[in-house]
Amino acid sequence: MIDPIFLVEAALNGILLGGILALLALGLNLIFGVIDIVWIAYVDLVMVCMYAIYFTVQVYGWPVWVGGGVALALGALLGIAVHVLIISPILGSAAVNQLLATGGLLFFLQSFATFLWSTDHRTVRFSLPSWEIGGIFLPATRLIPFGISIIAMVVLYLFLTKTYMGTAIRAVAQDREATALMGASPMLIYLVTSAVGGLMAGLAGALLIFQYSVHPFFGGQFGPLTFMICVLGGLGNMPGAFVASFVMAEIIQIAGVIWSTEMGYVIAFVVFIVMMFVRPGGLLARRQ
Amino acid sequence: MSMLELRGITAGYGAFTALWDVSLRVEAGEAVAVVGPNGAGKTTLLRVISGLIAPRAGELRFEDTALAGRPAHAIVSHGIAHVPEGRRIFPQLTVADNLKMGAFLPAARRAFAESLARVYTLFPTLAERQKQRAGSLSGGEQQMLAIGRALMSHPKLILLDEPSMGLAPVMVLRVFDLIRRVREEGYTILVVEQNVRQVLKLVDRAYLLEVGRIKVEGRAAELNEQDFVRKAYVGL
Repeated sequence: MIDPIFLVEAALNGILLGGILALLALGLNLIFGVIDIVWIAYVDLVMVCMYAIYFTVQVYGWPVWVGGGVALALGALLGIAVHVLIISPILGSAAVNQLLATGGLLFFLQSFATFLWSTDHRTVRFSLPSWEIGGIFLPATRLIPFGISIIAMVVLYLFLTKTYMGTAIRAVAQDREATALMGASPMLIYLVTSAVGGLMAGLAGALLIFQYSVHPFFGGQFGPLTFMICVLGGLGNMPGAFVASFVMAEIIQIAGVIWSTEMGYVIAFVVFIVMMFVRPGGLLARRQ
Repeated sequence: MSMLELRGITAGYGAFTALWDVSLRVEAGEAVAVVGPNGAGKTTLLRVISGLIAPRAGELRFEDTALAGRPAHAIVSHGIAHVPEGRRIFPQLTVADNLKMGAFLPAARRAFAESLARVYTLFPTLAERQKQRAGSLSGGEQQMLAIGRALMSHPKLILLDEPSMGLAPVMVLRVFDLIRRVREEGYTILVVEQNVRQVLKLVDRAYLLEVGRIKVEGRAAELNEQDFVRKAYVGL
């Protein structure tokens, strides 16, 4: 029998992991919901931004908040570049071509990162405290990214609901032509959406480097999981993705404690497949 | 000088030509109707004016600025608001957010509070339902929202595409009544309609469009509704 304290710790870790997964899932989902294209290479952009913070902080010794700013700016620029160079020219073409194009970007980024930085795992060392409450360890390397991630999601929510540009982003997802009739250029809105999605990838990279080392195939670690969370929550459904992130993180963490980490992922994927039969429209899909 | 002037506009989709050499003008303060049967090119005409499609040939001038070929989002800032066919409100957004979208342009944002008060006075139902999802409104309310959203951009000219389409007969009369009130606020209106009888009571002048060509033009009071209906639907 497992000591219940481990289960409580696993549940807490699930919440902390869920916060980061939610940031990844919301970024990918925002772009899908608005532009109707899945950036298969989304987590590979995160990987590039992790290298940015690794080099600035660990190699050049810049303060961590400067490195984080560099990662954020790089993320936004990459988002714009992906849209302008890859997405925009194929906006009108078949969905499978768009999928293949962003899939091609994935292999490009992985190979390019391998070429530039080799396959070494690189870690940024932080000397941050860890707290123990009733036998449960709460390291700052998890608490700080979780807190920043939650704040970022609140800011994203306020941006999407309170500002004109945010409202236009939600509007263009529903009716592109009607949005143009409001005086808002759909192309500009797509560009802003891609920049925001990229910014979130940059932030996710800056937060993930606290707990994970970066290597060219980092995308393989989180990419499928992120995509799965978006589908489980209902592609394009932001509250759905948020809830699904925590559901998946809890399954992975708790099953990981009871059996093993590998088993945690196995069960998470099985739950995902079963849910696709039970609720194909996503966790929070409206019943017809 | 007319507020809006189209000269020899030819437009279409792909290999199909929907408008042939159409000329039309709207003076400031006027209400003008374009009537005609289904497929006459009425919607295409409005889409050319608001920039949703570019004309193949011809001139489009608004307050002496050439607008032909400009994209839709750039044309709005000149003071043209298009209430499209089928209303095209944003169904998942609230009523209030739909109206906010209408005031997207910087000039309209500055006048937001004033415009909103005006729209809510004109359409009190929208004020009551401002937190509701727009998709949950009735057809008539959605039409009011579409018109209100257009007014939020502070337009000089409003293009209305089939405002009575798909509405219950009682609602049709109410919508025409509301358009009359919008008119009295001083807006210039170009309306496309199949409901010839009602629209002729509303406007100063009318054009009859038939298979992409202007067939008849005249003052609404002088145009015999019977003639118009016969020409438009029987073709005699």
